[in-house]
Amino acid sequence: MATRILPRLSRLAQHLFLAGLFVFIAAPMLVIVVFSFDANRFPTIPWGGFSLEWHRAILEDAMVRDAFLNSILVGLGTAVLSTLLGFAAAYVDYRWRFFGKRAFVLLVAIPPAVPVTILGMAMLAFLSRLGLFGRLEAVIACHTAVASSFSMALIRLRLNDFGRDLEPAAWNLGASHAAALFTVVVPFCRPALIASFFLSAAVSFDEFMIAWFVGGVHETIPVRILNLLQGQVNPKINAIGTVVLAVSIVLVVLAQWFVGVRVGKRADPT
Amino acid sequence: MSAPFVALEGLDKRFPGHHAVRGIDLQIAAGEFVAIMGPSGCGKSTTLRLIAGLDEPTGGDIRIGGRSMRGIPAFQRDTPMVWQSLALFPFLTVAENVAFPLRMKKVGAAERRRRALEWLDRMGLAGMADRDIAQLSGGQRQRVAIARALVTQPSILLLDEPLSALDAHLRVRMQTELSRLHKQLGITFVYVTHAQSEAFALADRIVIMSDGAIQQVGRPQDVYREPVNAFVAEFMGMNNILRGTVRGASAGRLALETPLGSFDVPTRKTHPVDSKAAFVIAADRIALAAAGTYGGLDATVIGLEFVGSTQTVFVETASGHEFRIQKQQHEIEALDLAPGRQISLSWEPRHAWLLPDFR
Repeated sequence: MATRILPRLSRLAQHLFLAGLFVFIAAPMLVIVVFSFDANRFPTIPWGGFSLEWHRAILEDAMVRDAFLNSILVGLGTAVLSTLLGFAAAYVDYRWRFFGKRAFVLLVAIPPAVPVTILGMAMLAFLSRLGLFGRLEAVIACHTAVASSFSMALIRLRLNDFGRDLEPAAWNLGASHAAALFTVVVPFCRPALIASFFLSAAVSFDEFMIAWFVGGVHETIPVRILNLLQGQVNPKINAIGTVVLAVSIVLVVLAQWFVGVRVGKRADPT
Repeated sequence: MSAPFVALEGLDKRFPGHHAVRGIDLQIAAGEFVAIMGPSGCGKSTTLRLIAGLDEPTGGDIRIGGRSMRGIPAFQRDTPMVWQSLALFPFLTVAENVAFPLRMKKVGAAERRRRALEWLDRMGLAGMADRDIAQLSGGQRQRVAIARALVTQPSILLLDEPLSALDAHLRVRMQTELSRLHKQLGITFVYVTHAQSEAFALADRIVIMSDGAIQQVGRPQDVYREPVNAFVAEFMGMNNILRGTVRGASAGRLALETPLGSFDVPTRKTHPVDSKAAFVIAADRIALAAAGTYGGLDATVIGLEFVGSTQTVFVETASGHEFRIQKQQHEIEALDLAPGRQISLSWEPRHAWLLPDFR
């Protein structure tokens, strides 16, 4: 009988370990969410009872509202630009061979590998020379530089499955190069394009350092949180954190949905 | 031939480090079924891509319906192609795939759908219109690809090894189907393949290519029985080539001295005495008899290969020259052939074919 009990114990241990790991990862976030609904001013145990006071307070805080609006604008702008550029770069890499291609691909891929402090400082120095410092457009441009790496990787991966004959077949059947791009290449990449949109938005929404360096007075949500924290321990931070967490989870889940589920559905004949 | 529908004039294509097509000339009549054959890398697919405008020639010209195709991009040529990979669009339904060329021609949605359904019906795919491509079998996908190429009623159809992905049984069925379509539509088919059986079964004329050049153009039986050179003779497979020196010539005949003896070979032109020449004797035209038969060539059986209703017998002469001989099953049994057995070969001189182009 021991032969039956042992594997079961082993399975149980594995599950427990995995559960423990997830609790360790998720607990801090969970704590923030729980205390954002706490009536107490300071996060202490016991819980002071359910309250929407802090969520109401962030709605009434004009600076927090502005920061949210800025984050949404920057996120949307980054998502659109990064997806467009990422697609263009991926398509160029898929379609053509040219001198300096490796350097080009490296250039697109490198920004996420550079420490953000250095990236932020470099961008600040560059943008202030151009007189673009302190504008939301500047934050969008810098976020796009980072996010387009992810966009390109995602879309390039999709293009790997794009049959070499599909585009010539479209030309052969009467599609001009532009028509083939929009009726064949783009529809084929659609799941990756949507995923790239949400992922870029998430990257931008969560990014602090660059936004802090180049945004000037235009604060995004992560910048606002830090500024709040530097002043005092404010329970509003928990409420903001909860909202940010919810938005990020939704964006990443949407991105994963379009990368995994949609692509899988097409590839798998059921 | 009346004015050709398709004319390749000195068509040439160089890729970096590779001369794919070496200035070929070819004329194809309207409604003709032409198969281009050759080993892989011989330039047959490149030729097809040049006709379709998918590659730009580096020399020469292509005329379709008398009109030069120089500078005309692929999408304006109306030379639809059936691809080896089929190249169906996986994100479109079956009907949307078939309607794609009509969509590119700005045909209205209702009309597009009507014509796509009509073609699907014609290809035996009624009721499949709204399925995903992934839900179809190999044979069904093949039909979708053909329907998609023909939906605009083109006057030429290009096919690049269209059946090579199918299993043997389906291939024969699709061959019949293509033949039927060609007869019904009366349009020009240019069919690239490396499979002799497909080319022979379908084509009015066969073009044999090798190393970027056309070796021979002719009806299937001509290419098979009267190869112009050693390459074509060997490519056809079931031929034995004997090389030698011309020793004597008379009206329509010459005597060729080969390492295996002197043979009488019919000829259409005169060959100077002492020049080199070669002739071909087809595998199915060699007679077998018991060893030592007068006038025969003695050889040893080295192997037998079963190919359906016939068998291929491999024999070797004492001097090491190998012959392949094709025989019916019952003949093999009557002679009781087995590896190691001595046998005598002979053929009628009129069946020997002197290679006109031999160097």
